[in-house]
Amino acid sequence: MKRVLIANRGEIAVRVIRAAHTLGLEAVAVYSDADRDSRWTRLADHAVHIGKSAAAKSYLDAEAILRAARESGADAVHPGYGFLSEQPAFAAAVAEAGLTFVGPRAEVIERMGDKAAARAAATEAGVPVVPGSSALDTPEAARTAAEQIGYPLLVKAAAGGGGRGIRPVRTSEELAEIVPAAQAEARSAFGDGTVYLERALENARHIEVQVLADTHGRVVHTFERDCSVQRRRQKLIEEAPAPGLAEDTRTAITEAAVRLTESVGYTGAGTVEFLLSPTGEFHFIEMNTRIQVEHPISEEITGIDLVAEQLRIAAGAPLSVAQDRIDRHGAAVELRINAEDPDRDFAPSPGELTRYDFPAGPGVRFETGFLCGSRISPFYDSMIAKVVAHGPDRATAIARARQALAELTVEGVPTTIGLHQRLLADPEFLAGGVHTKWLEQRL
Amino acid sequence: MVTIKAGMPGIFYRRPAPEDEPYVSEGGTIAAGQTIALIEVMKTYNEIRAEADGTIGKFLVEDGDEVEIGQDLAELETA
Repeated sequence: MKRVLIANRGEIAVRVIRAAHTLGLEAVAVYSDADRDSRWTRLADHAVHIGKSAAAKSYLDAEAILRAARESGADAVHPGYGFLSEQPAFAAAVAEAGLTFVGPRAEVIERMGDKAAARAAATEAGVPVVPGSSALDTPEAARTAAEQIGYPLLVKAAAGGGGRGIRPVRTSEELAEIVPAAQAEARSAFGDGTVYLERALENARHIEVQVLADTHGRVVHTFERDCSVQRRRQKLIEEAPAPGLAEDTRTAITEAAVRLTESVGYTGAGTVEFLLSPTGEFHFIEMNTRIQVEHPISEEITGIDLVAEQLRIAAGAPLSVAQDRIDRHGAAVELRINAEDPDRDFAPSPGELTRYDFPAGPGVRFETGFLCGSRISPFYDSMIAKVVAHGPDRATAIARARQALAELTVEGVPTTIGLHQRLLADPEFLAGGVHTKWLEQRL
Repeated sequence: MVTIKAGMPGIFYRRPAPEDEPYVSEGGTIAAGQTIALIEVMKTYNEIRAEADGTIGKFLVEDGDEVEIGQDLAELETA
């Protein structure tokens, strides 16, 4: 492996370029019309134009990306996150083209990307899943299933997703009404009336475990992240380690993640996501078969370059660290700085960065794909940057994050900076351990 | 003759989904409040509605083009 093409844009493209160069590899960037002269095309060794601004005609166009890989002489493809990163057909096409896909095998991506199959895989590996039913046919079946699972419940459309097609149910009377209504609604909204039940996990925290698996059968974890500060299911602040997590829960949840990773023959970096209830019970939700936005906080507390490990694993090298050599040091927090207008219900707001001053200083890391004068384009997501702060303890990490926010200046687009400043001063956030609905209840 | 303007910057679409028919054709009649197009901003879709009853004249932007806030999208001959 000598030359890696990065099938992505923005801050993650910059991040992969850095890791590639650290390992002595060349980096090939790709760009759409809207991303001409972008920061990552300048930092890469080669840059290839792959199409129009609309993602479907550039970053989601597998053929254009494979063509760029061939033309630039790349021998590996790093998909980043989003776009084609979790498309099994893309991973397969990369392999068929004789290139190395930086990620798990296509069949593993496919299995973990299928909700039911991933759930079955977790159960097989002895990892607890959210108690739920199979598809419901009759009102009697719904009642029996509901009694087994226990209230409160959620009625979910099998064809739904991203928070759509979900209705809460508290009692058996409600169930009798809501199941037929949900079936009708699912039929009209998704063209499939299949619904099932799931236990409603209330006041749960989103805890996820970062794993690394090499092609020699070795799997390690780099501890957990707490991503409970969310708005409309979008993570806004992430922390590592999870504040206040009991040590026996930490051991159990990280072991569960490693068990699942081993049992599905996973390779590369991945994240196993769980909901953690106030009782200390945890349940598997899904596995993300790629690098995640919030990976830097795990890097900060463990000192491991996760993206470099991804590249080394893809090249066939064994993991550079053994589990008993991976320690936690201090705490880290990440704040997502998005181009969103707090005065218009956080509507995504594109525009040009007319002033853009980066923060720095001890324990501060700033990840961005943009520079002053860059345009935050309406064609892609609204994230401008990530502020990552690390310290010997959580209070120091948060204090450094606060200072970083004070140094960060963004003009030209509205941002989430003000919201982060408020949250970092919020007594409940500072106490640690908020649940996934906390921020929405607060706003 | 008035023009319907973009309320936000983004990508202009004349159809609800790529395989669907356009919301309205040139020369088509519309009622106030009716959706005539979408503007996609960073993966969120915003409906563009007619402010008055009338007939759509020419579309001034190609389907899939990037538009600026306040840009003229379509002519509207009010009833």
